[in-house]
Amino acid sequence: MEQLAAIFARAVFVENLALAFFLGMCTFLAISKQIKTAIGLGAAVILVEGITVPVNNLIYTYLLRDGALAWAGLGHLDFSYLGLISYIGVIAAMVQILEMMLKRFFPALYQALGTFLPLLTVNCAILGASLFMVQRDYSFVESAAYGFGVGVGWALALVMLAGLREKMKYSEIPQGLQGLGIVFITTGLMSMAFISIARIEL
Amino acid sequence: MIRARRALLAPLIDENPVTLHILGICSAVAITNSVYSALVMSLAVISVLAFSNVTISMMRRQLPSSVRLIVQMTVIASGVIVVDELLQAFAPETARTLSVFVGLIITNCIVLGRAEAFAAQNRVGVSFLDAIGNGIGYSLILISVAVIRELFGTGTLLDVQILKPVSEGGWFEPNGLFQLAPSAFFIIGFIIWGIRSLKPQQVEQAEFESIVAPELGGD
Repeated sequence: MEQLAAIFARAVFVENLALAFFLGMCTFLAISKQIKTAIGLGAAVILVEGITVPVNNLIYTYLLRDGALAWAGLGHLDFSYLGLISYIGVIAAMVQILEMMLKRFFPALYQALGTFLPLLTVNCAILGASLFMVQRDYSFVESAAYGFGVGVGWALALVMLAGLREKMKYSEIPQGLQGLGIVFITTGLMSMAFISIARIEL
Repeated sequence: MIRARRALLAPLIDENPVTLHILGICSAVAITNSVYSALVMSLAVISVLAFSNVTISMMRRQLPSSVRLIVQMTVIASGVIVVDELLQAFAPETARTLSVFVGLIITNCIVLGRAEAFAAQNRVGVSFLDAIGNGIGYSLILISVAVIRELFGTGTLLDVQILKPVSEGGWFEPNGLFQLAPSAFFIIGFIIWGIRSLKPQQVEQAEFESIVAPELGGD
């Protein structure tokens, strides 16, 4: 249990996908103008990460990795080179299923998240989390904690940046820095703060 | 001819995919702490981009628009898998440093963006030039960030000592911050500032106006 909490905390603060690995930057910069939309997108990311990382873990463990097909008597096969195409397929399918289920059973939630879900298929934070999970050889339970953790970390960074940008509307920014430039520098400052968290021993 | 030149040269600075369109910063900035990995990453992105643009341009008349995104993703993913396998076979050390970031070329928005915006409507030759132009425009940013980060972070360029650090009797005190993630954000921010000061037409409208019509960016 303690180990799972450590994986979770590391994924949220120390190895924050947005601020330490630059993943999902395009969405991160485009949808961080208002806190309200940022919260909606953040919730969608937590949901999708929490589902796709464990599912990709199952696919990797039982279908792709070296000797994974031993349960079908095909232990000599190694399909790990098909990883990339399978993960992106799983992510696209999961997002689609999630969208349909939300529309059918939770229309209110669908209203709130609907527009962001399709965008998440091509968000590198989602694919990146699955690839990190494979690289670090997480077990199924660990991958669930990791997936949830990176989702929370990314959402936290997004909502914080949106808050800063809302306040920044009233500041006088040099011409050339307006928009993208100042957002990058703000993100850099946030990233510094998160890195200093990494030095704290948990 | 003019068209071909434009396809090749415009993405270098005027329509740079990174600084103007905010495309493709996601997967790659993380590996800019050394010039060598930035070079390898640039080559990988340029080859995937050229491969996907040419393939999709060849298929553009046969491809029904309802399934085109899935087909494009499959083409890109196949290209990335080939690059990844080649790297692991011939340069296993580099493959380890780049770790997951080669795989993340799939979701690099430049690749899908160019396939969708350019290759799907244009002939093979021009699409190829467009891919090379955008690839080089992307590499320019990547490599300039990497040069700054490696030079001031460690005092080396491509592992050759340029500035002699204090620990070896020189005068240069390596600034560790340049090796960490925040520096890349600052450097890109300043590069954008520079480009936009030279080309004022790229400056965005003030924030309070853009909230009325939020720009949508895919990733």
